[in-house]
Amino acid sequence: MPQIAQILETYASQFFWLLIVFGLIYFTIGHGMLPKIEANMDARDSKIADDLAAAERARAEADDLGDSGEAGLASARAAAQAKASDAKAKGAKDADARLAKADTEVGVKLAAAEAALSAATAKAMASIETVAAEAAADIVAKVSGAKVTPAQAATAVKAVMTNG
Amino acid sequence: MAGESGKIDPMHQFQIEPLAPLNIAGYDVSFTNSSLFMLLVLGALWLFMWGGMKRELVPGRWQMAVEGVTGFVNNMLTSSVGPEGKKYVPLVFSLFMFILMANFMGMMPFGIVPGVHPFTVTSHLTITAVLAVISFGTVLVVGFWKHGLHFFSLFVPHGTPWWLLWLIPLIELFSFLIRPFSLALRLFVAMTAGHVLMKVLAGFVINGLNAEAAWVPLVVSIPSFILMIGITLLELLVCAIQAYVFALLTSLYINDAVNLH
Repeated sequence: MPQIAQILETYASQFFWLLIVFGLIYFTIGHGMLPKIEANMDARDSKIADDLAAAERARAEADDLGDSGEAGLASARAAAQAKASDAKAKGAKDADARLAKADTEVGVKLAAAEAALSAATAKAMASIETVAAEAAADIVAKVSGAKVTPAQAATAVKAVMTNG
Repeated sequence: MAGESGKIDPMHQFQIEPLAPLNIAGYDVSFTNSSLFMLLVLGALWLFMWGGMKRELVPGRWQMAVEGVTGFVNNMLTSSVGPEGKKYVPLVFSLFMFILMANFMGMMPFGIVPGVHPFTVTSHLTITAVLAVISFGTVLVVGFWKHGLHFFSLFVPHGTPWWLLWLIPLIELFSFLIRPFSLALRLFVAMTAGHVLMKVLAGFVINGLNAEAAWVPLVVSIPSFILMIGITLLELLVCAIQAYVFALLTSLYINDAVNLH
């Protein structure tokens, strides 16, 4: 086994070169390159963490904005609805008032017309009685030759018309 | 071993050969094939890390791979030590990546180039022992630095009955002191055994093909080759697992030193 057979001849050389090589590795790679690589990894990790935190913040902000937008929309809708129902109520009241006014006007006109109509009817009735009395007196005179006074004729006509 | 044919020695792969002699203060510190593979590991690791240094916000594939490994080590330390474990990420990462790369480097098929042999740095006790001492030494230094002599309370677990106070600390001390040996031996043995097994199977394949009897390749070489594919995959898994085990145990030991228990 050369590892043991040669140990006395080679140990100095092995130690010497190993200490040189391992020292170089330890100081230039272990303490030179390694910390830079680790610093880079740490920087990346913190950047990822920062970015995630920023994204989370932005999401929360967007959520807030969405909430407030929805609330604004809802209140605006409620206001619009209130205004619309107000306008509807006012319109209905206006229409009622106008209708009532028109109603009373029409009623007045109707009453006047009815009064005129009944006056005209009464007048017509009166003239019919007069005409009928004259015609009755004429008819009596022609048929019997008896003279009937207008007063008698009017009484008779009135009696007939009242009974008939 | 399988050296009966006189050609294939499964232990030869662990041979250290000097490439450029070098002598400092009376010590032979020659540049060897082992040193060469350590430098290859360093280069491969540096290249791997360099590819992940673009530091983009959205990582590419390579950066993702590098960040995956660093994040893996980071997680291991934070889960076993806690937030204080971040301080030890460079050390555990260096250990983990060095062992992982060295294990994989020994598995690379450099052998297809004639005269080139892959060498597994971590299959050497000298190397794994130094790595284990680094791990264990860190635990000692951190433990005494943070807790002073109170660190010895590590050897008296909570809830020890008073009549066992003479025995439990001894057992705890023993299990504590054995840690560097188990760390070093586990890695060394795992890598050595795996590579020996692969070489032995490869020897079966080659010697079977070279045999004079025509039935031998069919009966020996082909099953050995199929088995070797599986063993190679298993060995790649072991490479990763051993690096992971070393790093995980180191972080658990650091946890003892940081938090006591």
